[in-house]
Order: sequence, then structure tokens, then C-alpha cells
Amino acid sequence: MSILEISDLSLSFGGVKALQEVSFRVPENTVTTIIGPNGAGKTSLFNCISGFYKPQQGTIRYQGKDLAGTRPPARAALGLARTFQNIALFRGMTVLDNIKLGAHVHMKSGLLGSLMYFGAARREELAIREEVERRIIDFLEIDHIRRQPVASLSYGLQKRVELARALAMRPKVLMLDEPVAGMNREEKEDMARFILDIREEWGVTVLMVEHDMGMVMDISDHIAVLNFGQVITEGLPAEVQKNPEVIRAYLGNSDIDSLRKKLNPDREAA
Amino acid sequence: MRIGDAKQTYQADEAIWTSSTQKFWFSLLLLILLVFPFLANAYLLYLGCLVGIAVISTTGLNILTGFTGLISLGQAGFMGVGGYTVAWLSLNTGLPFPVALLLAGLMAAAVGILVGLPSLRVKGLYLAIATLAASVFLHFIFAEWEPVTGGMAGLSLEPAHLFGFTFQSDFRMYFIIVPLAVLMVFAARNVFRTRVGRAFIAIRDRDISAEILGINLLRYKLMSFALSSFYAGVAGGLFAYFYRVVTPESFPLAMSIFYLAAVIVGGMGNLLGGILGAAFMTLVPEILKLLTAALTPFYPNAPVFMSPMLEIIFGALIVGFLIFEPHGLAEIWHRIRRFFSLWPFRN
Amino acid sequence: MDWLFFGEISLAGLAMGGLYALIALGFVMIYKATRVINFAIGEIMMFAAYLFLAFAGGMELSPWIAMPLAVLGGSILGGVIEKTMIRPMLGESPISVVMVTIGIASILVGVVEFFWTADPQLLPQFLPREPVFIGPLYLAPKIAYGFLIGAAVLVLYLLYFRFSRGGVALRATASDQAAAYSMGINVRRVFNLAWVFGSLAASLAGILVAATGGLSPQFGIIGLSVLVVVIVGGLDSILGALIAGLFIGWLETVAGAYLGGEYRMPATFVVLAVILVIRPYGLFGTHEIERV
Repeated sequence: MSILEISDLSLSFGGVKALQEVSFRVPENTVTTIIGPNGAGKTSLFNCISGFYKPQQGTIRYQGKDLAGTRPPARAALGLARTFQNIALFRGMTVLDNIKLGAHVHMKSGLLGSLMYFGAARREELAIREEVERRIIDFLEIDHIRRQPVASLSYGLQKRVELARALAMRPKVLMLDEPVAGMNREEKEDMARFILDIREEWGVTVLMVEHDMGMVMDISDHIAVLNFGQVITEGLPAEVQKNPEVIRAYLGNSDIDSLRKKLNPDREAA
Repeated sequence: MRIGDAKQTYQADEAIWTSSTQKFWFSLLLLILLVFPFLANAYLLYLGCLVGIAVISTTGLNILTGFTGLISLGQAGFMGVGGYTVAWLSLNTGLPFPVALLLAGLMAAAVGILVGLPSLRVKGLYLAIATLAASVFLHFIFAEWEPVTGGMAGLSLEPAHLFGFTFQSDFRMYFIIVPLAVLMVFAARNVFRTRVGRAFIAIRDRDISAEILGINLLRYKLMSFALSSFYAGVAGGLFAYFYRVVTPESFPLAMSIFYLAAVIVGGMGNLLGGILGAAFMTLVPEILKLLTAALTPFYPNAPVFMSPMLEIIFGALIVGFLIFEPHGLAEIWHRIRRFFSLWPFRN
Repeated sequence: MDWLFFGEISLAGLAMGGLYALIALGFVMIYKATRVINFAIGEIMMFAAYLFLAFAGGMELSPWIAMPLAVLGGSILGGVIEKTMIRPMLGESPISVVMVTIGIASILVGVVEFFWTADPQLLPQFLPREPVFIGPLYLAPKIAYGFLIGAAVLVLYLLYFRFSRGGVALRATASDQAAAYSMGINVRRVFNLAWVFGSLAASLAGILVAATGGLSPQFGIIGLSVLVVVIVGGLDSILGALIAGLFIGWLETVAGAYLGGEYRMPATFVVLAVILVIRPYGLFGTHEIERV
């Protein structure tokens, strides 16, 4: 069954067509990856799903329901969580507050309760702290940095904190925009492990945009290939790897062999 | 050097004061605030009250500008709404002061929400200009709506009262103003321990991402406007009770800039900074007055130059802090504290 | 309705609006090149007008020598402000930079009061005094000649901006800073140039406005009207500055004449509020696309 179904989605900015009749499905409880060259429209697609961009045409169905007209915060409340390509942590807050912020939509206390920090508001804050600590901070192994301002962290750790914040949103679909870009191998391996655990133990569907082919082929259950705003193909990693159109999109029409090598990297190197 | 603050529960870790040293210093501060009016002379008492009012208003503006990132040039206007509300209530209803102050805050909050409405469409400097427009309109209303505001002459009001007890002296007003200031700073501190405060900061740091993470921007921006102008309204109400007269010129545009300067000099997005900034900016003119008085025997012309010097110092403080110490007095304070808490080891 | 009176008022308003357009042009120039909203523009105008007072009144120079000197002084002031106080703020949040300009405004008011006291001053008469008639409509000579000088400078400005080397560099920097930099344009110099030229326009307008209406340290309030002009026209639009300048000048004068002086500011701010709600980026400004 598909948790997210995108059909006929088109988006353009002025004359630029970012997405053209994009259709694909995200099967529930899988790691689904969108790949494609830079500028293919991957992040635009994420922004449409988040509700930040309004596509001119097409539908996005989530758990069978059309999302058109649902504002971004409401989509977050429905369980659509995400991370961003250029880390979007809140620099004025500590790691802990950034993560707690993810739980915002699941909390209720209003201004008055907040001002007094009393009764339900206080209980709710303490409960969230407990949940964040036990389920997320321990799991992602970031307990040593919880009090640090995010600006002081390394790139890899910032990415991890962003993942933590998305998990605090109690996602059903977790959208990760280039989760391992710019990381060293160790950090990539950690991230891959987290993603697989999130799918298996938390039962969360992961929708990911990623350029690192080694990791994509390793952990994806389902891949969609986007080029010039159009879906070229979708399927299992093994099928996608062999598709000549995909190879062409990535490497032009030249040296197919080296392209094939790139798409099917040496397991040792990955 | 202080070490060892191992905590056993998350609850303990979420508390405002996490060590007994902090509790000690804070209790000492409260004690000083309590005995201050009994030892201070009339002038110091007057200053204490002014600082208290400024702390409330600066904290309010800090919530909006420092923590939510919405710059406002309307703070004096919101204070005016509070001031006129208290004055009108005092003349027409004779309500006791806590009710009047609450209504002043609520009235200002309502106006604040109205002014904040464009904030979803306009951002940054455009918003600053929208708030500027609001303060022009408010000034116009204060000056022209004679039946209610008394026009250019303004309104004179009765002293604050509660259960037949009147607060006609600075000494008595101190016991309204300062406890209220402490209380309201604490309330603000609480806000930033909870989801509401986090939402404010998130909007300041990255509004678009905040929205995608589930924060309703309009709702929280308006909430920040409401809260900030509530503080301004209460401060304006206290101002009215303190001076017992309000006129359109009591709340000039320069006052809005004064509070912005207090937030900047103290440290944007830092509550302690707001307190330090409010105290500092209130005391600067007074220190200058003292200096002038000391110089007058030698330079009889000194008083003539006081007001221009004040403008210059005021501007230079804003520019200087922004260029050289953008995190304000709070950062200087933290540096001093770090030095002592690590002492005798080098930082 | 008295159409003759309305015509005369409108004419006076448009003439005032021409000066607003000139100031707004200086404002837009600074904004386009450096993305700084200059809240001190009214105070720069005031400062130049006081310089004129010092040269023409105090030192008894001919007004026609004093004026260029004062304008030069105002321009240098702009350049110095940029170099010492705006440049260190490069990359800071726009809010902080705006606050710096507010601080500068306060300093300038203090300096002026320091040297010339807070009392209102009259500038020496230097514009021709024969009444001006356009058809049947009378126009006060100060306003008419002020407008003429302002308009002439405005045209020179536009020509410079369009055709000169510096003008091209300025426009290139405005449209893409990084690209301009990589093409060998000295972006820092352009920033400085924008402030110098922006202040030049403001200084000249300041002297002309002060010549018609008098001068005091509160003169900088006029900066608020200019702010309305540039917001209504669009912060980065020269055409917008010209049209909105004329319109706001006209509206302010008409509102003042028919409703009373206390309505001048609220009337223009109503227009401002409406524009902010329906077209937040002004009539001719560019709407920036937001990115995540």
C-alpha cells in the first residue's frame, strides 16, 4: 500500500518548469529515494509535499487523502516531517530546544499556561523532555551535546540534530533532503544505520533525496529517478541501475561504462 | 571554580535555578530590592520606579524584536494605549489599580494584534514601517479624540488605589512597580521554557522552516505582538499612575526608539540583557545630569549642552554597541561571570 | 468647490512632491546598491541645511557659493557615515543596520543642537521673489524655484545613472553583487559612491525645503514622509520614487489645506498602510522569491 501518492504534479516559476506531470508512489514502510541530477526538481518536489510551494496542477495524496488546501503546519501535524538540504536548524537555540521544537504540533499548552509554567503546561513540557531524551537523544547518540548551541556543532552533528528534530515530530513519513551530503564515511555509515533503524523499529516510511549512489543503492527499497522535472523511471534499485535512460540522464551519451561504474559502485568503496 | 551540578531528574534539569549558588544570589537580589526603598532618598526612589517601568516595557519589546525577530517602532504607541486606558478608567470608573492595569494591558494587546496583522505578508523592515504607521495613527488619535483623550492637554488622573489604600507617593508606587516588574520578567522567562517561546525563536531564526515544522506563523506572530504590547500596556499604565498625567507628548516616537535602543544595548533575545539595557538607558541621562551639575560652577554654559550631548551619547551607544558588542551588555556580563566561575583557572 | 484654490494647492503640492522625488531618489540609490534602509536621510538633509546656514548666514558667503559647499559637505558626510558606521555592519541583519542609521540620526540631531541650539532658524533669502503664475494659478516663488532646481538636478542624476561609468557600475552592483564583483567592479567603492550620491540628493533637497519652510533640529521628521514615498513607490524602483514622490507631496499638501495641518501625516500614512496590505513591495518594487 502507498502512504504517499503523487500524480500529475506540475510546478513552474514564471517560465521555468520545475516539475512536469510528476507521478510516483511511496510504498508504506519503505526507504524510497528520489535521485536525479542537480536541478532536476527534487527539492521542489519536497517543497510541494511540505506545502511550501503550491503546484499548478496535480494531486498529492497522503494516506488516501488529497493534501491540496492543507497548510504546511497542518501537514506537519498529520505526520509529514522533514529535514532540509542546507541545514535549517534554529541557531539561537540549544540542541535540546531544537529537538523539542519538533514536538510543537503534538503539544497543546497556550500562552497563559506558558507564562505561568504551571499545571498542564509544565507537565506537558516535562513529558516531552522525557520522550525526547529516551526515544531520540539516546537513539541518535547526541546526549553529550544537548546543552550546546547548534551553531557550535560540526556539520555532521548538525545533520544529526536535524534528524532528531524531525523524529520529535512523530513522523509517519520522514522526508530527508540529502541526509549524508558533505559527510565523511563514518558519519555516512552512522546515518545509514539510523535511517534503517528508523524504518524498522519506528515503522516510519522514509522518503529521501540523495546523491551518494553507494548509500542509495544500499538502503533503498524503491527508487524514483527525476530529470528535468520529469520522472524517468521508478522501481527497485537493481532495475533502476540498469535502465539506459537513467545512465543517459546522469552521464549524457558518452562513456557508458564509467557511468555504469558510478551507478554501481564497488561495495568496498561504499 | 564551581563544579558538580549532577542532576537526577529531568525536572531538576528544567528548573530555572539549577544550583544553590544561583538561588542564593537571586534571594540576595530580592532582599536588596525589598530594602532599597527604605534606605533610598527621594531621587533614587524615583529612579528605581523609572527603571522598573522601563524593565517591563523593554522585556515586552525584547519578546517581539529580540526573540521573535519582528522589529517594532510602535512600542511608545502601545504604552500610550495602556496609559490612556488607565487614565480614562481612573477618571470614569474608579476601578482599583490591578484591574485597571490588566485592562490597560489587554487593550494594548488588542491594538497590538491589529498592528501585527500585516506581519504575515510584510516582513522585516516593511513591518517596522507598518508599526511606524501605527504609532503615527495612535499619536493622532491621542491628540484628536478629545472627548476620550482630552486632546493635546491630555488627562490627569487620581492616584492608584486598592481597597481604599492609595498609592500617591513614589515610595508606595515602588511597591507596585518593582514586584510587577519581577513577576513579568519571570513570566517571560517561563514562556521561553515552553513551546510558545520556542516557536517565537524559530520564527526569528528561520520562519519558512518553522512553518514546515508545524508552527502556524500568523498565530504565533500575533501572539508575540499581543504579549509584547500587553507588557507595553502595563508599563504605560504604570507610567500614567506614576506621573498622574498623560498627554500625546508623553509617548513620542523617540520613546519607541529609546526602548529599541535599550533592547540592543542590553542584548537582543536575552531577558537579562533587556533588564540591563533598561536600567542602563534610564540611568544614562541621569548620570549626564549629575555631570552637568558638577560642571556648571566651572562652565556656566554646561546645562545648555546637556540635551544635545544626550542625543549624541544616545546615538553613539546604539551605533557603538551594534558595531562592537552586538550581543550587548548581557554578553559583557557573561564574560565577567565566566571569569569568576572559572577562577582561579584561566579561561 | 473652489477649483482655482484646489489648483493652486495641487500645484504647490506637486512642487513639494518634486523635492520628495529627489530625496527618494537618493534613498532608493542607497537602498539599491547597499540594501540599507537609511532612516537618517532626513537628518542628513537637515545637516546640509545647517551647513548652508553657516556658510551663507554665519560666514556671509553668497548663497550660490554656499549651496554647492553645503551640498558637498552633506555628500562627504554620507561617504563618511558609510565608511565608518555602515561598512562594519556588512552581513549583519537588516534590523541591526537600520538601528545603526537610527543611531546616526540621533547623533546628527545632537550635533546640530550643539552648534546651533534647538531654536528654529530662518535661511537667508536667495531664490527670486517675483510671484510665479502658471496660467491663472499662483505659485509661491520659493516653492516654484525650489522645484525647478530640484527637477534639473533630478534629470542630471538620471542621466548620470543611465550613461556614466559609475552609474553602470552602480546598476550592475544593484542587480547582482557577486557578478559585479567578479567582473572587476569595486563593490566597496560603489557602496561608498551610492552613499555619497544619495546624500548629495538629500542635501540639495534639504536646503531647498529649509529655504521654504524654515529649519530646526526637528527638521528630520521629513524623513518619515520620504519613507512613505519609497515604500509606496517600491524601495528599489526609481520610477516608483518619482511618481510616489509627486503623489505623496500632493496628498500631504491637499490634506493639510483642506483638513488642517494635523492631518498631513495621517493622510499619507493611510496610503502607506493600504499599500502595505495590498502591495507589500510597493507599486513598482520587485517582489523577492523566498527560498527554504
